[in-house]
Amino acid sequence: MPGSIKDRVAIAGMGCTHFGERWDANTADLLVDAAYQAFEDAGIEPGDVQAAWVGTQNSGMTGMTLSEPLRLPYIPITRVENACATASDAFRNASYAVAAGIYDIVLAIGVDKFKDSGISGLTDGSTPGPSHAMGSVGMPPRSFAMLATTYFARYGLSYEEGKHMICRVSWKSHVNGARNRNAHFQREVPLETMINAPMIAWPLGLYDCCGVSDGSAAAIITTPEIAKSLRKGKEPPVFVKAVQIAMSPRDGNYNAKFDYTHVETTVRAASAAYKEAGITNPREQISMAEAHDCFSITEAVTMEDLGFSPRGKVRDDIESGFFDLDGKLPIQTDGGLKCFGHPVGASGIRMLYEMYLQLQGRADKLLNPGMPSRQVKNPKLGLTHNLGGRPDGCAIFVGIIGLEGA
Amino acid sequence: MAGIVSYGAYMPYYRLPRNVINAAWGRGGGRGEKAVAGFDEDSITMSVAAGLDCLKETDPKTVDALFLATTTAPYKERNNSTIVATALDFRRDARNADFANCLRAGTAALFSALDAVKAGSLKSVVVTAADMRLGGAAGEDEQALGDGAAALLIGDGRVAVEIEGSYTLSDDLVDYWRSHEDNFVRHWEDRFGRDAGYMKIPVEAAKGVMAKLNITQKDIAKLCLYGANVRAQQTLAKRMGFEDSQIQNPLLDIVGNTGAAQPLMTLVAALEEAKAGDRILLVSYGNGSDAIVFKVTPEIEKIRDRRGIKRHLEIKRTLDNYGRYLRWRNMVSLPPFNVPPGAPASPAAQWREHSSALPLYGVKCKKCGTPQLFLSGSSTRAHVCVECLAKDEFEPYRFADKRGKVASFSHDYLTGGIDPPVTATVVDFEGGGRGEFDMVDRQPDECKVGMEVEMTFRKMRYTYGTHTYFWKCKPVRD
Repeated sequence: MPGSIKDRVAIAGMGCTHFGERWDANTADLLVDAAYQAFEDAGIEPGDVQAAWVGTQNSGMTGMTLSEPLRLPYIPITRVENACATASDAFRNASYAVAAGIYDIVLAIGVDKFKDSGISGLTDGSTPGPSHAMGSVGMPPRSFAMLATTYFARYGLSYEEGKHMICRVSWKSHVNGARNRNAHFQREVPLETMINAPMIAWPLGLYDCCGVSDGSAAAIITTPEIAKSLRKGKEPPVFVKAVQIAMSPRDGNYNAKFDYTHVETTVRAASAAYKEAGITNPREQISMAEAHDCFSITEAVTMEDLGFSPRGKVRDDIESGFFDLDGKLPIQTDGGLKCFGHPVGASGIRMLYEMYLQLQGRADKLLNPGMPSRQVKNPKLGLTHNLGGRPDGCAIFVGIIGLEGA
Repeated sequence: MAGIVSYGAYMPYYRLPRNVINAAWGRGGGRGEKAVAGFDEDSITMSVAAGLDCLKETDPKTVDALFLATTTAPYKERNNSTIVATALDFRRDARNADFANCLRAGTAALFSALDAVKAGSLKSVVVTAADMRLGGAAGEDEQALGDGAAALLIGDGRVAVEIEGSYTLSDDLVDYWRSHEDNFVRHWEDRFGRDAGYMKIPVEAAKGVMAKLNITQKDIAKLCLYGANVRAQQTLAKRMGFEDSQIQNPLLDIVGNTGAAQPLMTLVAALEEAKAGDRILLVSYGNGSDAIVFKVTPEIEKIRDRRGIKRHLEIKRTLDNYGRYLRWRNMVSLPPFNVPPGAPASPAAQWREHSSALPLYGVKCKKCGTPQLFLSGSSTRAHVCVECLAKDEFEPYRFADKRGKVASFSHDYLTGGIDPPVTATVVDFEGGGRGEFDMVDRQPDECKVGMEVEMTFRKMRYTYGTHTYFWKCKPVRD
């Protein structure tokens, strides 16, 4: 019988860099910025960290990616890679180490520095390697676009209806991102502009795709007791309620059971996370979420896979504003991957960072001057979700964090 | 008696109107169009396509050899015919050979196939002839040269076409040539080639074979000639003593001069119309001439269901963009792609997969019967059943000859390549199994979930002097 992480570990402090095209910063700069923000938030010294997990998809090898810039002497550090679920998996493993009673205070941190590559997409996986004997290889948008193609066909949406739906997803994220001064893109964009934007991978246009960014995010994970004592007099610590990873057998593009209208791996990870956290009605019980919106259609489909919207009905919730900042279940309150940005190895902890700030009531810490508040009212539980890979073959993370007793 | 047991042909989907070429160069007019191979086609892929058409009712494992004829072989050292034979799923002990470097390569390959079958050393041979000679921009050859392929299955016993006799003349008359340095065909003064070569040598060959067989022009139903234009063919036919009405339409106006493939493509066109008892005279030309007399038998009626020439003429799309054609042929300088080039394809990795990837084999589970095509990019070989998890309980199952329906697709403008967008497509095969392939010969607007597609053998990428060949899908159009 598997155990549960629920309330066994807590987050004592977090940090997150400005995401974006960080021409000014290298991998080490980003790691140091995020880690020291987290140390300061938790009220600890770097020397208090007993072990660390550093997630990076493509910006370093081994734990020395972290130990060198932070000058962490001889502590155990694991380098984690699980595509877009990299940082979340670093967080998960760090949580287990504390829950197991092996360490008291650990650091989970994610980073990626992509923008030195000189291209507008991801370098990894977009070009065939020497062992690539056959078949087509392309950058990620095409495989996510297939979700849209088949979703539209299955549910009878015309191109115009479907396109409006997915652009409405991105429109909402731009509204949220505009209120966040750490976001990569901080500008609201008219829906019509999005609908008519150049195609990247039909039916996905420019605004259906998230940016590729540089950035880092960090979390200090500790026992509930230590977290409470460290945060005495400050905002309360945030408790880990569930951390689940599910790995698909990567057979969607050769197993006809994969229907290109949902991602079964998300359904499985979410079901395990809800069980772990004791959630029975996610649409009602989850206060807010950061879902993996690498592409607008990914977020749309994920809303159904997470049980937030009935199967085939997400369009109603998207178009009615259910997921807007002032809706019943706000999604991507910080702008999401779409606007906050997507340094692959950092994104999972960035999502947790946003949930952490919202749960502590300090989301407006990063408010852009002159913008209305982006604080969600009285949130209790925040969910984060990553999809690493492609819809038909992916590593999925679903995590839930919340206030004590939630 | 050795003869033709089956035939097939292939013509690329795109046709470039000659007035589109002329317009690009500020000239008016231009008669007809020419068939142009896509950016991912070459003489190897077109040979595979013609071979598939030819082998419609034949188990490829029963064929003993593949003789490939072309003047545009992608490789100088690497057996081009073995790539074709492997894609067509021939046995490993098939005796494959390339016939190259001459416009008579098609008839030369046919002679060798017939000789081997007659001698009994091979029971059946597929002869493919394919060409895609390149004409320099704005030149006459750019107007004249087209792309295409034909295939003949040569066997013994109840043949559809008997070979009554032949006559060959060899003559190193240098009117057209390409050295190893030339991308384009060179010519000597046209009048020399016409008067000393084209209008003379085929006449001697045709008369030679008729004398040998003791037949006259009246015994011939159709005359199939090589030749660059219709008027020249008419003059040549007249010199041979034939009427215009006996000339098989050489398709020059609608396909173009397909080089070493032209004689066999014209023969296939004649066979499509032929009745039992008809005699056909085929005369090829190039550093000499081969004249062959065929006689059609009643068996011809059994091999009517081919795309051949006639149906391929209808499966077409006008290419009204000359720039796109230049780009396909690497005849314009493009800006560099903003994606770093991939690492060179490893010959070791390709060799490891070639018995499954080139003929497009997946597997069928012996326990649960599920067909499955495992395509991970670096492997086509599965170990654990996707359905019942049985380990290594598979039998080979071929997908190249299966049609399928589109489960999903996307037009990818980001990945780039020579002819964007790339239409990434997930295909659910009839009878089970799924795979992801690029879709070609399609209009983006016509792509729909559920549309029917078939498989087509194409080039994927070119690194370090070798092509990676694999399968793509294309809409079924007949």
